[in-house]
Amino acid sequence: MGSRECGQITSHSEPGPGDGGRTGSWRVLRPVIDLEACIPSRRKVAACFICWLYCPDGVITRTIPPSIDYEYCKGCGICAEECPTKAITMVEESKFALEEK
Amino acid sequence: MSIIESGNVAAALGVKLCRANVIAAYPITPQTPLTEKLSELVESGEMNAEYIPVESEHSALGVCIAASSTGARAFTATSANGLLYMHEQLHWAAGARLPIVMCVANRGVGAPWTVWNDQQDSLSQRDTGWIQLYAADHQEIINTVIKAYYVAEQTSIPVMVCYDGYILSHTHMPFEVPDQEKVDAFLPPFRPNYALDPSMPANLNTVTLPEPRNNIRGELAHGYMELRYLLHEGMIRAIEVVGEAEQRFNEIFSVSGTAYMDMYKCDDATYIAVAMGSLSLHLRVVADILRDEGIKLGIIGIKLYRPFPCGIVADALKDRDGIIVMEKAISYGYVGPLYSDICSCLYTQGLDGPSPGFPYVHNYILGLGGRTIRTIDLMDAIRPICTGKRIKDQPGWIGLKI
Amino acid sequence: MPSKPTILTLPEEELVHPGNRACSGCGLSIAYRIGLKALGKDTIVVVPPSCLTVLQGLYPVAATKMPSLNVTFASTAAAATGVLAALRSLGKQGITVAGWAGDGGTSDIGLQSLSGAAERGEDFIYICYDNEGYMNTGVQRSGTTPRGALTTNTPVFGKTQDKKNVPAIMSAHEIPYVATTCSAYPLDLYTKIEKAKAIRGTKYIHILAPCPPGWGYDPKYTVKVGKLAVETGMYDLYEIENREFRLTGASRKLLEKRKLVPVSEYLKMQDRFRGMKDADIEDVQRRINKRWGAYFEMFKE
Repeated sequence: MGSRECGQITSHSEPGPGDGGRTGSWRVLRPVIDLEACIPSRRKVAACFICWLYCPDGVITRTIPPSIDYEYCKGCGICAEECPTKAITMVEESKFALEEK
Repeated sequence: MSIIESGNVAAALGVKLCRANVIAAYPITPQTPLTEKLSELVESGEMNAEYIPVESEHSALGVCIAASSTGARAFTATSANGLLYMHEQLHWAAGARLPIVMCVANRGVGAPWTVWNDQQDSLSQRDTGWIQLYAADHQEIINTVIKAYYVAEQTSIPVMVCYDGYILSHTHMPFEVPDQEKVDAFLPPFRPNYALDPSMPANLNTVTLPEPRNNIRGELAHGYMELRYLLHEGMIRAIEVVGEAEQRFNEIFSVSGTAYMDMYKCDDATYIAVAMGSLSLHLRVVADILRDEGIKLGIIGIKLYRPFPCGIVADALKDRDGIIVMEKAISYGYVGPLYSDICSCLYTQGLDGPSPGFPYVHNYILGLGGRTIRTIDLMDAIRPICTGKRIKDQPGWIGLKI
Repeated sequence: MPSKPTILTLPEEELVHPGNRACSGCGLSIAYRIGLKALGKDTIVVVPPSCLTVLQGLYPVAATKMPSLNVTFASTAAAATGVLAALRSLGKQGITVAGWAGDGGTSDIGLQSLSGAAERGEDFIYICYDNEGYMNTGVQRSGTTPRGALTTNTPVFGKTQDKKNVPAIMSAHEIPYVATTCSAYPLDLYTKIEKAKAIRGTKYIHILAPCPPGWGYDPKYTVKVGKLAVETGMYDLYEIENREFRLTGASRKLLEKRKLVPVSEYLKMQDRFRGMKDADIEDVQRRINKRWGAYFEMFKE
């Protein structure tokens, strides 16, 4: 079956996630949040969320505790670098690869 | 209502009758009086449209592309280097399948500067994916503008309405202004396939890959090549739509026009001269005179140049003794563009290959940069061909004083 | 005037889908993500070729949850004009129109149409994200590449000319609002775009958007580099509102502290400046000192 059935005659794109694939696979280092050190997690109040603010890909939630979508996190490390309490550390992906096996 | 006005005003009145929403234009001779007139109609409140005096032709078409993408009926006009400056946008408008209508008051292109008429400007834009219609007089200009919007919106392909600079743009002639009510009946309001809308977000003209790819619902969507094919397919279908538009127009306005070409004294003609625009009317005088000399010359004025109505043209030409293609444009280092097209269509479509029935096709280049086209020169060029002579080096040049 | 936004008050909804093709640590991604929150959903975005074209997705998938029109390189502002004209003509109200272009698409090839639109006073927001080069085509110099930066077409000596001051050019059009901001200050960026939205006429916002591969630094430093650009006085955050110039945010704080971080800290963080000799760096420092000396004079209070 060809592409005619899609009914379009122009390059008309509709919004959806993962246009570039599962960009989590780009990651070499994985950001891991230490909830003991994370301000909103420790204090149980909405506060800080600097990681959420700066995340270029919007894959960190503004929740207590914040969570990271590893399917799409590209592992840039900005969150770890900017976290005021150093609650996020960048861990070698290879470690998880072994664990997940 | 019958009035006496210039070709540019005829075009402007056509645009007004079509209720264009957005007009963007940049001044260039000899188009300028057309868009001046539109600005006057808009400013005086006679026409309810947005008139954008942009800073370049590239932007003029840029405004039309975006306005059309937002659901508006858009119009612009230009000439010569202005059209060339739009070149990238021409491809863009066609690729985005936007039913924009643009008038081109044909003018020679620089360098060197010329402001006078030939058709090198629009013919050099042949492969941009626009439908090209050529008008031969003022009545055809106004009627063609109206038909152009119909064809554009039915096919989602932009249309260029071309007419000769000065010869038509600046001369005053009587013509009939169609009734608004009838135009409204002929041309329904513009209903775009999609218009930019925050409640239905979409990203238009996105980078497209060489191969088809699934959309968010898992259905296979096109690759770049499929989109190109669809534009070509749409262009081929446009031949039919141009015919349908003509029929509809003739019925609603009780006139009798032809869609693809105007034929003059062709029934018994052994030789046919082919041209586009006002030259095709000028050639009728030549046919009349040569017929007095016993030469059976007929004239064909091509009105639809792209898509090229190949089968129809070939049918009209195939059983003649000779064809003479007269052109105000040239593909440097080869021949005139219309000549190439006619040879190609006779060879591939109208006949089963190059049979003895294939008439010899002659090519003349003339009138470049406003060079005067004298009736006597046309006669002197055509007469020997109709008595069996051939042009020594194709294309022949009429009126060349070198 | 809306109250000052904070991290907690920014809209939670993301208007850019994850899994897009922007590079890891992209400064544009931060700016676009926050900028769209400020523009809101009732916005039509016009985009010329740039990294954003790639970020926004490949047919038939769009990474942006906004109506977005890709246009030719030189025609961003003309296209925004066309969208506006169509909306007016069709009687559609309450839709913001934003052009979002890179520095090449703004300072070089798009300047003519931008100038035309600004002169006509078209009611839209033009946003230039400035990553100081043609990054999408592989890091060539643009009008806004700073002096000394190595690019793939200034590969030996670095750029030998100064950065084109596009906000000043736009300010010369006497439009109602010109502002500069930076990806490293998302709240400042948000505030300025939100403010622009409420102003009628042409608004110009210039965003310095650090680029890890183009500038040559580890992606984790995108915010650090952006902040250093401001703290060294290399790039100033300001607004020109009704022709009145005002340093804002972090630049305003510098004015109060009356002390800049040495520019060498900024330059040495980036591989693109590796060809600069000490004398070149001193020259940059001298230029900054001169400009900031004038600021200190101007705002003495």
